[in-house]
Amino acid sequence: MSQNDSTGAGLLEPPKLTRQDFVSDQTVRWCPGCGDYSILAQVQKVMPDLGIPKEKIVFVSGIGCSSRFPYYMNTYGFHSIHGRAATLATGLKTARPDLSVWVVTGDGDGLSIGGNHLIHCLRRNLDIKIMLFNNRIYGLTKGQYSPTSEFGKKTKSSPFGTAEQPINPICVAIASEATFVARSLDVDPAHLSKSVEKAAKHKGTAFLEIYQNCNIFNDAAFEDFTSREVRSDRMLYLEHGHPMIFGKNHDKGIRLNGLEPEVVTLGENGVSEKDLLVHDESAAEPTLAYLLSRMTYPEFPVPVGVFYRAQRPCFEEILEKQGKDIAAKVGPGNLEKLIRGGETWTVT
Amino acid sequence: MSTQTRVKETPHEVQELETVVIRFVGDSGDGMQLTGTQFADTTAIVGNDLATLPDFPAEIRAPAGTLPGVSGYQISFSSQDIRTPGDAPGVLVCMNPAALKTNLADLEDGGILILDTDAFTQGNLNKAGYKTNPLKDGSLAGYRTFEIPLTTLTLRAIGETTLGSRQATRCKNFFALGLVFWLYERPVDYTETWIKDKFKGNQEVARANLAALQAGYNFAETTEIFTTHYRVTKARLAPGTYRKITGNEATAIGCVAAAMQAGRPLFYGSYPITPASDILHELSRFKNFPVKTFQAEDEISAIGAAIGASYGGSLGLTGTSGPGVALKSEAIGLAVMTELPLVIIDVQRGGPSTGLPTKTEQADLLQAVYGRNSECPAAVVAPATPAECFTFAVEAFRIAIKYMTPVFYLSDGYLANGAEPWKIPEIKDLPRIDVHFAMDKATFQPYKRDPKTLARPWAIPGTPGLEHRIGGLEKEDVTGNVSYDPLNHHKMVRLRAEKIAGIANDIPELEVFGGDSGKVLVLGWGSTYGSITTAVERMRARKASVSSAHLRYLNPFPRNLGEVLRRFEKVLIPELNLGQLQWMVRARYLVDAVGLNKVQGKPFMVSEIIHKIEELL
Ligand SMILES: Cc1ncc(C[n+]2csc(CCOP(=O)(O)OP(=O)(O)O)c2C)c(N)n1
Ligand code: SF4
Repeated sequence: MSQNDSTGAGLLEPPKLTRQDFVSDQTVRWCPGCGDYSILAQVQKVMPDLGIPKEKIVFVSGIGCSSRFPYYMNTYGFHSIHGRAATLATGLKTARPDLSVWVVTGDGDGLSIGGNHLIHCLRRNLDIKIMLFNNRIYGLTKGQYSPTSEFGKKTKSSPFGTAEQPINPICVAIASEATFVARSLDVDPAHLSKSVEKAAKHKGTAFLEIYQNCNIFNDAAFEDFTSREVRSDRMLYLEHGHPMIFGKNHDKGIRLNGLEPEVVTLGENGVSEKDLLVHDESAAEPTLAYLLSRMTYPEFPVPVGVFYRAQRPCFEEILEKQGKDIAAKVGPGNLEKLIRGGETWTVT
Repeated sequence: MSTQTRVKETPHEVQELETVVIRFVGDSGDGMQLTGTQFADTTAIVGNDLATLPDFPAEIRAPAGTLPGVSGYQISFSSQDIRTPGDAPGVLVCMNPAALKTNLADLEDGGILILDTDAFTQGNLNKAGYKTNPLKDGSLAGYRTFEIPLTTLTLRAIGETTLGSRQATRCKNFFALGLVFWLYERPVDYTETWIKDKFKGNQEVARANLAALQAGYNFAETTEIFTTHYRVTKARLAPGTYRKITGNEATAIGCVAAAMQAGRPLFYGSYPITPASDILHELSRFKNFPVKTFQAEDEISAIGAAIGASYGGSLGLTGTSGPGVALKSEAIGLAVMTELPLVIIDVQRGGPSTGLPTKTEQADLLQAVYGRNSECPAAVVAPATPAECFTFAVEAFRIAIKYMTPVFYLSDGYLANGAEPWKIPEIKDLPRIDVHFAMDKATFQPYKRDPKTLARPWAIPGTPGLEHRIGGLEKEDVTGNVSYDPLNHHKMVRLRAEKIAGIANDIPELEVFGGDSGKVLVLGWGSTYGSITTAVERMRARKASVSSAHLRYLNPFPRNLGEVLRRFEKVLIPELNLGQLQWMVRARYLVDAVGLNKVQGKPFMVSEIIHKIEELL
């Protein structure tokens, strides 16, 4: 996208930004080997391609390891308080629709203390991008279970195993009327950068869950299905308009059996490609997306990619329009008239 | 509109009065707030000074006829300057036994009592807990009681109607209003116009209410029931154009004025809570102004959004009552750390916890000044009257922007809902609010302070070359980079404190009402202004050596406060709490201030303050 004015006259094309332009002068302080590095690298890589001037980009985060993210981006950044990034982003985007606003949050930050805000942010559908780094643990506070930790998980604060059912971020997002719901992973840079780019280009609140490895407190949490060797057999790369096929040999697929998905092998029992579910990320209803979001390893391959995408007016646009419409009807706000409103009387 | 047309010459005796206090009380479904407001509006237009005190039940609709369902509206109006809605009403209009039961004790001896006899049924008497009927047992002997079948007369006045009987009966508040209009020589025109406008879409409701109003007025004029009516002449207010305004209205308009003076949009993040919600309602209507309102999912989100908006260059505003401030405190700390301008409205109510949601209290002062983790200074201002809410909304933003700091604005239930005449200011006299956004990338440093104000620059996203990161972690002086250096932290804590303390050089000195020195100084803050000043005025008329001073700035205090305190032998601090300002003053100035404390959900009566002053003299 060109940054010229619409006529293209008068202005020189500014030099294209590079990845380096988005690297801040702050030393990155994540543990060596942390999945956050990969996410940072992919975001910095995608940014120049979005064609948005650097000064128009703001990263807002809560608290947690992942929430240090804004310090490392050479854009505007706001490292706020635990769980509240979505609220700051909401005010900022409402006040400044011209900005590209990104929220970086963790599973504890976004789903535990900030769960309420996340739900409401999604349903409002501001044009902001939310990246939730899910490492299924509390990193910054050194290893307590998080709302996404699996049932029975032993951690510092659950030495005998948790007694809580985990929350599924994608389900939450869909239930919250999100207009863009996707999942990616730190160890697949190509998929990750594509996902960030798709989120960036979505008009409306984009929710991107990113599986992120915390090698210190929850190492290999996703490895059963994300490691390079097994990935193709245990993950399902969702592609719009394509049948749901996976497996090293492209011979496995997902078929609908009544209201339940099932894993089938192509060529077995007469199953062919046309029996498979075809992914439709822009279906009228998020029914399919919800069904996919319930698929977990080992029963199913874990889906990644865009689950659901819809077009809906954005909160900040509706507000702007209301203001304009009313001003067109009754005229722009006049302070003199406002303070003299109501019945007045004069004392001489 | 002529306001005098309906006041006819009548054969009745007219008595001149200086000040009248009327209280309308009834069931929460009886429309008493509306009746009171209409009386107040008309009274304002005929040119009396006035002060009002609405009193809401906590329940929205307690069962009809019960004690918790009683709703009241008190108004005092005068030909003189007045500052309070009056200690004891001289007139009590009671729509049912429950209202009588809960309010009679306040009525002056010999006062006028107007009762709807139709409502004194056995059922209602039982609900109000009356063993015997007060209309018959002689218990009302000490008052000038007027027993009027308001309901019957109202239905008769309306005549044939398509309205159901419940809806028709509800018009009786206008009958009562018409009656009281006549009694105090108020014209009915204003209310007539209001009814016509309000019920534009329902002609029959409009007709019924108009008929009731007129019938009430005529009833008073033509029956011999009242032998006298009363005249309160126009008040000699300072020349100017006035309107009647409540504190919440003035606050909302003041915030819009601040935005216009600053040339920046206003962003209001709020979550509904009594008694602050009206500010949200008001501001939500101003969509043709550069005003955006956001009804958040909770108070934390409300302030988070306001901080986000401030960061983006808007005037960030968030408003709530005490319990909501409790939720906001972590975010206030963030605003203190990131040094962004932010105004936090706290319309105080009775607490702790949910407390007395519809009643007034002044007990959030320490919460505003100190109620956060660590050393977390914020400026605090408090208007003293409903009209002053306008001025201080503008002032709060002036300070917030100039010093890049959160500013608390402490109103309370009494100011919020109380009304008084407001002399409309000239726009040209409003303070200018200068906004300078940092622009120059060659010299920009996120925490490089203005040497005079100690404010850091306001650098908003979208400014090329100024990309930087802020947040809640401690900042390195000047660069704003994250820093855990012990000495830097010590320095930054001190700098933030000094910045707020320095505001003292930018606010007016404390003025003393009465003699500059003497035996007793009555020091107050917030909505107790009216009662305190009236008490001191009356004591001075009796030649007592008493003065008063009222703090509108609670953090920092005016720079001459210590010196003012020392000019008096004794300092009395009346507060609707257990002594919060008293505690601050004693700690700071080592002055042995005495408290007068009332925590009943009600404002001070003038007599209570007089009594305490007498004790000290
Ligand atoms: C109000 C508040 N409560 C608790 C904390 C402590 N705290 C900081 S980060 C965190 C959890 C972070 O977990 P997550 O969001 O999963 O992020 P990660 O560190 O794993 O990236 C907690 C509990 C805090 N900073 N503030
Ligand atoms: S604790 Fe875990 S999440 Fe945090 S930086 Fe270290 S590896 Fe990353």
